[in-house]
This record gives sequence, structure tokens and C-alpha cells, in this order.
Amino acid sequence: MKHPIGHEAIETKGWFATHKYLLLRRFCQLGILALFVIGPLLDIWIIKGNLSSSLLLDTVPMTDPFVALQAFAAGHLLESSAIIGAMLITGFYFLLGGRVFCSWVCPVNMISDAAQWLRRKLKIRTSTKLSRKTRFWVLAMTLVLPIYLGTMAWELINPVSMFHRGVIFGMGAGWVILVGIFLFDLLLVEQGWCGHICPQGAFYNLVGRFSPIKVTADKREQCDKCMDCFAVCPEPQVLKMPLFGENKGFGPLITSADCTNCARCIDICSKDVFKITTILPEKAEV
Amino acid sequence: MSSSKPYQARKMSRRQLITDASRGICGVGLLATGLAGYAKQSQSLAAQCLRPPGALIEEDFLAACVRCGLCVEACPYDTLKLGKLFEPVTTGTPYFDANIIPCEMCEDIPCQEACPTGAISPELESINDAQMGLAVLLDQETCLNTQGLRCDICHRVCPLIDEAITLEVQRNTRTGHHAMFIPTVHSDKCTGCGKCEHACPLPEAAIKVLPREIAKGELGKHYRWGWIEKDKAGGSLIDEVLDLPDRVPEGG
Ligand code: SF4
Ligand code: SF4
Ligand code: SF4
Ligand code: SF4
Repeated sequence: MKHPIGHEAIETKGWFATHKYLLLRRFCQLGILALFVIGPLLDIWIIKGNLSSSLLLDTVPMTDPFVALQAFAAGHLLESSAIIGAMLITGFYFLLGGRVFCSWVCPVNMISDAAQWLRRKLKIRTSTKLSRKTRFWVLAMTLVLPIYLGTMAWELINPVSMFHRGVIFGMGAGWVILVGIFLFDLLLVEQGWCGHICPQGAFYNLVGRFSPIKVTADKREQCDKCMDCFAVCPEPQVLKMPLFGENKGFGPLITSADCTNCARCIDICSKDVFKITTILPEKAEV
Repeated sequence: MSSSKPYQARKMSRRQLITDASRGICGVGLLATGLAGYAKQSQSLAAQCLRPPGALIEEDFLAACVRCGLCVEACPYDTLKLGKLFEPVTTGTPYFDANIIPCEMCEDIPCQEACPTGAISPELESINDAQMGLAVLLDQETCLNTQGLRCDICHRVCPLIDEAITLEVQRNTRTGHHAMFIPTVHSDKCTGCGKCEHACPLPEAAIKVLPREIAKGELGKHYRWGWIEKDKAGGSLIDEVLDLPDRVPEGG
């Protein structure tokens, strides 16, 4: 009989080590959210604004480069503080890996992780086939529409900014879209939102292409093919070649920019196959 | 090395690939159409929603504002709010409803100071030059002053009293021997802060602040006011007296 996912890792490493990075990520996601919320709630102003644009300690401006790009496409040249902010954030994710945003910062990640978790618990296997490249088309759309409309159309419904803004400034009817994403991920397409559609993830994917921080299947020869990492990874296609492609000449480094550096694979592996490394990849594959 | 190797492990027929991709692209097309429609629809401002002082005109504002809420958090009076989904203002953008909390016209304009994008234009130098909207005495039938009473509240609360709102004396034709003091707004001075609307004691304000696009008429480009042209030219532009034939009623 097949054990439930993570069973082996918990047996060998203990529950805590099997959830180490997961806990760290939740701490990071909720912590960032909390820093924003204590401003208006408790009058403790460490950071102002929201993920779209913010001001840290009244000095460091930070602006989401994706939204800055939408403004640019809509025909507005931002003031210098927003431009500096966008460059800071771009640099940050360029170094750390773009989709670190998705797994360590973005609040929607908690929704899609929850849906994936429930999917496993309820053994929902059905999933409509949708290309994972779709998100790049959506990204193109979000940057082309403003050119024609002169308004940031995507920001009308962008669940990422809506969720974050909603927690700080009031959600209103925004939860409708969030529930929509949850149900979409749960019932229609596995990892549907973050893995197939979200243009923000696609954008950060491009930003983080050449990041030096990657996960590597360092000790892949120890792998016993339990496939637990495939079950928990939000982008399992990235694991295939680094794990099993040795005889085809693939190195152990997870080079795909789809990888979110969530490090869930490190957690779940009972054989300690994976680790985080900082060598420069030769070239990221799409 | 990874990218030069043929990717063979995944057996996926060309047909499957094309089906998946086209499903994606069609879906995106559909999404784009719907979104464009929604975006077009929400490009104009509802009558009760006013933008912060110095905000660019609506069209440019929507291209510039990243919906960060920094202006909202900077406002010491909780005047500004961010629009929520399905509210009559573009999702996430800052606005205020004068009837709920008007703008207190801070001299240092903290909301403008906070805006990182220029959606609230740094060009506004004095809060007295702000054009958030325009007050209009919408209902001349319920305004107490138009009935000959001396409410005067909107006039008195106006931060630009006697400039933005004046009381214009009119004969009270109902009593025949009293005056009426009609609140009269001057669009070149009114900042649209909304204090008059907020203070009007009627259960539903008789004076309301509207976005200027809604409140203002627009003259035809070719219109000229004769009396202004006359002043400019230093004399009449047409020959002084046109001698028109006198018409006398028949049998008069
Ligand atoms: S490969 Fe590992 S780190 Fe990358 S997304 Fe998958 S589980 Fe996360
Ligand atoms: S001028 Fe002052 S009161 Fe008015 S919106 Fe700005 S911060 Fe708020
Ligand atoms: S501070 Fe500027 S960009 Fe941010 S919400 Fe206000 S107007 Fe928009
Ligand atoms: S406050 Fe209202 S009722 Fe009083 S004069 Fe002004 S508009 Fe009329």
C-alpha cells in the first residue's frame, strides 16, 4: 500500500523538518501581510501602502515592476520614486529568483496551496488540460490592453493586488474572485491559477530567469522514486530532467524559471536529494 | 547543456500540444474581450465619487494610479478610501464621498506628498487651486435659503468663503418685501472639497459636489461673448448703430 505523501520523510526526519520551509514560507507571507496591516490597524508604521507600491520606514520606496509596466503601457510615465521602487524590486527578484515572489510573498499562494492540499485529501484527480504557457499569453494581454484602452485593465480584477489591498484597506466584494480561484484550482485545473494563468507569476518568471539561487537535486542517485516531490511541487514539470535526466545529459540543477524556490521538495524528500545552491545556471529553460 | 538536448521524455503528440495551446489562446482572447469591456465601462467617474486634490483628469489618472493606497494612509482625516470590486469607482483607486467625509484641504497636501506615481500631480502647488469637483446647488426647491430662510451653512463652512460660495441677494417674490440669499458657487474658485455638501442640514443635501466633468457645461469653441470681445478690442467690433426698420403693429 502506498503511504500518504510525506509519510516517509516524517518517519526519517520528523514532522518539523518535513515542514521546515513550508512553515518558513507561511511565516514570511503572513509576516509581510502583518507588517502592512499593523499600520492602519495599530498605528505602527513600518511599511505603508501595499504590494503594488509601498514605502518602507518612510524612506525606501518599493513598487511592483509589473504594475509599473502596466502604467507605462497605459501611457503614463511614473514619478521618480515609483521608478526607483520598481528598479529595487526588480533587482531583488532578479537575484533571489523571480518566483520567490510567488511562494514567499504573494498571498494568493496560500489559496492555491490550500486548494492543492484539499485536492490531495479529497483525491480529486480530474484536471482539465491547459498549457502552462497560457500565463505568458495572459501576461502579453495585460500589457497590450492598456496600450489600447489607456487604463490598467488587469488591475481591475488582478486577484494578487486585490487580495493584498483587501486585507489592508477592506475586501468588499473582492473575496468573490478569491473564492473563484480556489474553486478553479480545486475542481477544474490542478494548480490552475498560479501554474497556468497568473500573469504576475509569468512576469516574475521572466525577471528571475538568470537568478543564481536555485534548487538542485544534488544527491539524485539516492532518489528512490517515491514521487512525493512531484506531488507537492507546484510546477512538477521542472523536476523531471534534473531528477531523472542524468543519462540524457541533464545536470541536477533545477534550471527552469518556473521553479518557485519554495523548497517544498527539500522538505518532503526523505532521502535528502535536494538542496538550495547558489551557482550560476548556464541558461534557464522556459 | 540542458537546452541543447532534445526533450524526448515527455510523449505528447503534436495534436495534443496544439489543442492545449489553442485552448489557452482562445481563453485569453475571451478574457481580454470581457476585461476590455469592463475597463471601458469603469473609465468614467460616478457622480458621488471625487478624486484626491491634484489628481490628474480621470483618463490619465486611471493610467497612472497603481492603487497602492499611500494617499489613503497619508490622509489624516480618513477622507480617502480605495474603491472595492463592483463599487461605482474603478477597483482599488482612491476616492472620497463628500457626503461621508469631505476633504479638509490640508495646507501641506499629505496625500499628494505620498503619491509615488504622479497620479496625484506634484504640479498642484496650493490646495486652494485644487479642483476635486465642483459644488452645485442642485435642488433649488429644498435649499432653505431659496425659501427665504437664512441657513447659510454651506456659505459659512466653505474654506474659501465669499470666494467659492457667495450669497447673491434676490427679491423674495413670495413675501414681496424680503430678500433671499442664494448660495452661488463660482467654478474658478471652488476646490470641490465637499464641506458644503457635508454640512448642509437637510436630510439629503441640496448642494452637492460633482466631478467637474459632470458639473461643468462647455461652450462651443467658436462662441465669443460680445461684451468681452468689445472690452478686448477697446470698442465695438461692428458698426455702432444698425438702423433696422421700425415695425409698428397694424392699426397701432
Ligand atoms: S522544484 Fe522544489 S522549489 Fe521548485 S517549485 Fe518545485 S517544490 Fe518548489
Ligand atoms: S488634502 Fe488633506 S483632507 Fe484632503 S484628501 Fe488630502 S490629505 Fe485628505
Ligand atoms: S498614492 Fe497615488 S498611486 Fe497610490 S493610490 Fe493614491 S493616487 Fe494612486
Ligand atoms: S447648507 Fe444646504 S440648505 Fe443651507 S443654504 Fe446651503 S444648500 Fe441651502
